[in-house]
Amino acid sequence: MSRGSLRVQSLAYAYPSGRQALYGINLDVEPGERVAVLGPNGAGKTTFVLHLNGVLGGGLGQVEVGGLLVERANLREVRRRVGIVFENPDDQLFMSTVGDDVAFGPANLGLRGQALDVCVDIALARVGMTHGRERPPHQLSAGERRRVALATVLAMDPELLVLDEPSSHLDPRARRELAEVLRGLDLTLLMVTHDLPYALELCERALILDEGVIVADGPTRDILRDDDLLHAHRLELPTGFDPTRV
Amino acid sequence: MGAGHLHPLSVPGPSPLHALRPHTKVVATLLFVFAVVSTPREAFWAYGAHAGILAALAGLGHVQARILAPRLVLEAPFLTFALLLPFLARGERVEVLGLLHLSSDGLWAAWNILAKGTLGLTASLLLVATTPTVDLLRGLERLRVPPVFTSIASFMLRYVEVIAAELRRMQVARVSRGHDPRWIWQARAIASTVGAVFVRTFERGERVHLAMVSRGYTGSMPPTGARPAAAAEWAAVLLVPLSAAVVSVAAWSTIG
Repeated sequence: MSRGSLRVQSLAYAYPSGRQALYGINLDVEPGERVAVLGPNGAGKTTFVLHLNGVLGGGLGQVEVGGLLVERANLREVRRRVGIVFENPDDQLFMSTVGDDVAFGPANLGLRGQALDVCVDIALARVGMTHGRERPPHQLSAGERRRVALATVLAMDPELLVLDEPSSHLDPRARRELAEVLRGLDLTLLMVTHDLPYALELCERALILDEGVIVADGPTRDILRDDDLLHAHRLELPTGFDPTRV
Repeated sequence: MGAGHLHPLSVPGPSPLHALRPHTKVVATLLFVFAVVSTPREAFWAYGAHAGILAALAGLGHVQARILAPRLVLEAPFLTFALLLPFLARGERVEVLGLLHLSSDGLWAAWNILAKGTLGLTASLLLVATTPTVDLLRGLERLRVPPVFTSIASFMLRYVEVIAAELRRMQVARVSRGHDPRWIWQARAIASTVGAVFVRTFERGERVHLAMVSRGYTGSMPPTGARPAAAAEWAAVLLVPLSAAVVSVAAWSTIG
């Protein structure tokens, strides 16, 4: 398998409480592909995402990233390859300054000194946030915080970028700026979202995850045109939005 | 959010004091305080000399007296205690202003606390005024303070604004629904708010940990300590406590 590919085979998982969250997921994502993961609340999307970098595990099935099996022995490399940007940037940005936060991941990978500085500069430049390096995260706007959160994982040179609700709490301009940054990245992208127009704008492929299984997988435009399918899985397009006209 | 300021105590630079490495300033402040504490209380002139050193530093760091003075209020509880000493202490009593008969030992003790406390606190305030809090933590890390302490302080700094903003939003929501507590038994809603924020903060802690693990965290924070200082910088910074030490030694020799 080549850099950035994802293969998920028969992935099933139940929480220690006994609640079954995933019932056997199969998914192949090609390098460079952009895939939207859609689904209602409680569908198992976050549980699925946390299996991609081995934060959750111990169930059935297997996950491979770029041909590397996600298992305890490979966790360090897997977490370098899979960059997860969580929904709330305040959870992701925990250091006192933007620069320290972006440096956290590569420093954990062993980078130090000048090389670490350069890595931080490059990651911040990729999201247009070079000017914010010494600023504390809470002084940034929501859009800036989201882009810095993206920089924190880009600094680890990931192959697969996973975004959890990237457009939530963003105003239209910040939403557009983030989309421009994401379009400029040459990475495999998995985007978990309820924002269907954003999914259509950025991802050529979409899948619907509901009750722990993938119930639909295909071109985003086709999936969003299927009103019955969306309705059955509690997904809705904004009023007046026509996916065929975008 | 966004209205808060991470360095509420620091005064914007640049100045020669701002430019110094934080760990050198921490060490110099600590040694200066030791020198002040070891000065004999009878040598009034020595305290004037110590105050002169601090005044010179404040000028060098562009920290104005009107910024430092209100912050000295931190000392108030200790001063209250010191002011009581002349009344409460035993021993020989002296007449003051023809009205009060105060304990001589108590007066000396009160002066000792007042002078040393004020000088020590002023030195600390100068340190934080010319060093952003983040840099202070980096300095402490450089001085080998256990990372667990600097990490806890760093997380506290990072999230205090987030949690304060959450509390403010919840307060607005409470007031918007007609909550207007005037009596102690109406405080239940406030207690519930604090409880809810505690639970949410706990949950946030779990999410932050998840985000850290996802970026390769395995139990120890990577070093973010300040860069090492050159010998010349150390020498320049240590001149300050050295001067204070010379004053202290001279004071002992004059009263001895």
